[in-house]
Amino acid sequence: MTNILLMRQEIILISIIMILLVATIYKSKKDKGGVNSFALVLVAILTIVGFLPSDTGSLFGGMYQLTETTILMKNVLNIGVFIIMLQSSSWLNSEEQKENSTEFLIILLSTLLGMNYMISAGDFLMLFLGIELATIPTAILAAYEVKKLKSVEAGIKLVLLGALSTGISLMGVSLLYAANGSIYFDILSETIVNTNLNVLGMLFFFGGLAFKISLVPFHMWTADVYEGAPIPVASYLSVISKGAAVFVLVMILFKVFPVLQEAWTMAVYIVAIITMTVGNIFAFRQKNIKRFLAFSSIAQAGFILLGIIAGSAMGMATVVYFVLVYIFSNLGAFGVATAIYQATGKEEIAEYGGLYKTNPKLSLLMMLSVFSLAGIPPLAGFFGKFFLFAAAASQGYYWLVIIAVLNTIVSLYYYLLIVKVMFITPNENAIPHFKSDNYMKLGLALAAAGIIVIGLVGGVYDWIFTLSWGV
Amino acid sequence: MNILNLLIIVPLLTLLAIGLAGDYKRVRVSAAIGMGVQLLLSIYLVYSYLGERAAGNTEDMLFMLDYVWYDSFNIHYAIGVDGISTALILLTGIIAFAGVFASWEIKEQAKEFYITLIVLATGVFGFFISLDLFTMFLFYEIAVIPMYLLIGIWGSGKKEYSAMKLTLILMGASALLLVGIIGIYFNSAPEGQQLTFNFTEIAKYDMPIAAQMFFFPLTFIGFGALGALFPLHTWSPDGHASAPTAVSMLHAGVLMKLGGYGALRIAVYLMPDAAKEMGWIFIILATVGAVYGAFSALIQKDLKYINAYSSVSHLALILFAILMFNGIAFTGAVLQMISHGFITALFFALIGMIYGRTGTRDIYKMGGLMKVMPVLGVSYMIAGFASLGLPGFSAFAAEMTIFVGAFQDSSLFIRVSTIIVVSSIVITAVYILRAAGIMLFGPIRNKEFLNLRDAFWYEKVSVFLLIFVIAGFGMFPDWLSSMIGDSVGNIVDRFVVR
Repeated sequence: MTNILLMRQEIILISIIMILLVATIYKSKKDKGGVNSFALVLVAILTIVGFLPSDTGSLFGGMYQLTETTILMKNVLNIGVFIIMLQSSSWLNSEEQKENSTEFLIILLSTLLGMNYMISAGDFLMLFLGIELATIPTAILAAYEVKKLKSVEAGIKLVLLGALSTGISLMGVSLLYAANGSIYFDILSETIVNTNLNVLGMLFFFGGLAFKISLVPFHMWTADVYEGAPIPVASYLSVISKGAAVFVLVMILFKVFPVLQEAWTMAVYIVAIITMTVGNIFAFRQKNIKRFLAFSSIAQAGFILLGIIAGSAMGMATVVYFVLVYIFSNLGAFGVATAIYQATGKEEIAEYGGLYKTNPKLSLLMMLSVFSLAGIPPLAGFFGKFFLFAAAASQGYYWLVIIAVLNTIVSLYYYLLIVKVMFITPNENAIPHFKSDNYMKLGLALAAAGIIVIGLVGGVYDWIFTLSWGV
Repeated sequence: MNILNLLIIVPLLTLLAIGLAGDYKRVRVSAAIGMGVQLLLSIYLVYSYLGERAAGNTEDMLFMLDYVWYDSFNIHYAIGVDGISTALILLTGIIAFAGVFASWEIKEQAKEFYITLIVLATGVFGFFISLDLFTMFLFYEIAVIPMYLLIGIWGSGKKEYSAMKLTLILMGASALLLVGIIGIYFNSAPEGQQLTFNFTEIAKYDMPIAAQMFFFPLTFIGFGALGALFPLHTWSPDGHASAPTAVSMLHAGVLMKLGGYGALRIAVYLMPDAAKEMGWIFIILATVGAVYGAFSALIQKDLKYINAYSSVSHLALILFAILMFNGIAFTGAVLQMISHGFITALFFALIGMIYGRTGTRDIYKMGGLMKVMPVLGVSYMIAGFASLGLPGFSAFAAEMTIFVGAFQDSSLFIRVSTIIVVSSIVITAVYILRAAGIMLFGPIRNKEFLNLRDAFWYEKVSVFLLIFVIAGFGMFPDWLSSMIGDSVGNIVDRFVVR
């Protein structure tokens, strides 16, 4: 007896989308603020429901699978989306965006729906549908500020390169189907043998996902798109979209391709090194906060690969834990950037000079976020990085860990530059004091709380670790 | 309530009090009270430690406490102290207290300054009480990172450059240390048994030699950089020159001792075989550092640079003593940590006070200051005499012990390097007397200096406190060296068995 309620996350999400769609019809164009607040409440409910106990199992002959770990991954993404919606509400309610604000939320939640299906996929067809649903609407989001040339450019870049990357992924899937005669993960994991065709198929598939995680050399779009897209969209791309792709990558590599571990370990090893290094070196020279965070997020993706390379349950747990930590840290930084942009329209790093004197709370949160990204204790980022490194070291990849820690020092340099600008550099024309709305305050406070608490409470990681990883 | 827990809780409460305080006057009073309580706690810790030992408690670590923090990695919040860490906690307590009074005049962003300073002190206390490598590393970084803000915001001169250089070199070294700690963890127990971060547990097991050879240099360099290991010492002169007074005091006086303590406690204690094998490399570096630091101090004109290079030279003695692998030298190393901590803190406090009055740190622009401010002048001379190892001051007891320890080893290599290191003491006398002579005696070069005031009450508090302990430990080093000597026995045993 199949239990359709296994899909309750997706069902709730679809219902939310429908409700919002209907609600927009009955609301006048001038008055959408109420709908947006209502959407926030609905997403909060969705997030809470995700934590309620649930059965596990599979539907539709194994196309859709729900396990403890996939529930956790969806919950992590839900939390992130909720914070992003809080942080973007002042942008959505601004004069230019007001008219189309609910549509924005509908598209945003559609991509989240796609990600849920990606994570729960039990075969490549479902996975591919999920990826498409999660990718194509993000191009609309990136181009949402239609009057800005850069925003439109970002959208077109994302849709063209996204199509290319899904094409590459699909190519990989076709090769795997040709070699094994199946697209079901369960069957593939048993039938795959170490042949060149299978390895090639896997690498193509890896390349397609690497685009979404923005691993080097598939990272070229990242900085341009982040710069052009509205800040909430950039933060969505950098945490949620990337997080979902990381989850999928880790599950596919561990569950479908354990036989090819030797091959993908080597690929991940090389890509990890160049991703960390390139991301860090390019972040040095960035003057725009969005481009800066783009390269910083590329470097962070390189660190995530250290957990993947471990190839064990510990590795998987550290990856999920790190993504959770990374969501809070990055949303702290992006949240501050959004608040400042919304109040003053400024997004150059140099314009943050002397921010501490005028807006101490925002500067402190920004400092917490970049310190957490740099891995300074006792903030959550330190624990995340430590566990990733430990996971890689547990398999004996000590040289990789050494390269990674040296990279964290390079990254510390540019993160400190932000701190320097805000706290040390004197500036006559500092951004004047401003107040954000309450949604933004809540969004920032949640990010700050996550950064401080997640690391200090040992139970969070222990709980993630005890889930069944099925590896 | 466990007294060691209090050592963490009191600074945290102090932070809270400072956060709630209104103007800078209340801020500094809260800081003084908090650190005063902390000092009393440290003294009480020494008292009860000696009491326990006198009562016949022979456990390695006293006042132990253990909470599980991360079950899956077997990370614990495990604390406890032995003679070595007790002595260093006393050092930290005294210098942190003196440091608050040395920065009494800071009015600009006073709240932020004291908060950052006390976060640093909390990190140091936490480091010394930790038995768990993970927790220890966590506190280590908490102690290092505030330096960036302290130097960058409240420093002087080319502060941004110095702050960045210091932070990057120290964090870079700590990154190597991180790999070392992870490596020790994965080799901390025989195959199939529970891995652990607790170093008292790890010490019961002999790590495989291949692992030791890989992780010993990482760990030793990681800690060594903070202990001014040549050639990674370059952050120290610039950092000290740009740092505000209290920060220099705490950093040279306490923070740099974390390096020596860690090198002894972690690198040498847990990986004795590799230490024996590779010790010679670091002995050479320490020898070079001792002489190089002394010669560099000889030609400097800036008071802070003189003292910073002097610290490089004296700290090299600590690393040198640690690599002698015998009980006397280990005791000497810890004595030197304490003695140098007090002396260099006194130096930096006095330099800060002189700089605050004259507006220059160039010794050639001063002269005859002894006539204008006799209290500061005499104190400076006392610090100088103590630093060059005059009997009756703590440095004499410490350095004597180190060299006696070094002469236990009769190999030619050790003999030669010991003789070279001893010669750095002679150079110390030259640069100390040179600087003091030019600055304090002779004619007054700048007539404006005639109007300068001598020390204020709060400055006297910190100066006299430090002079008192330097002389006290110099006159009565016995109880301290026996307290330390009992505890280094564990580390020495790791070498005797082989």
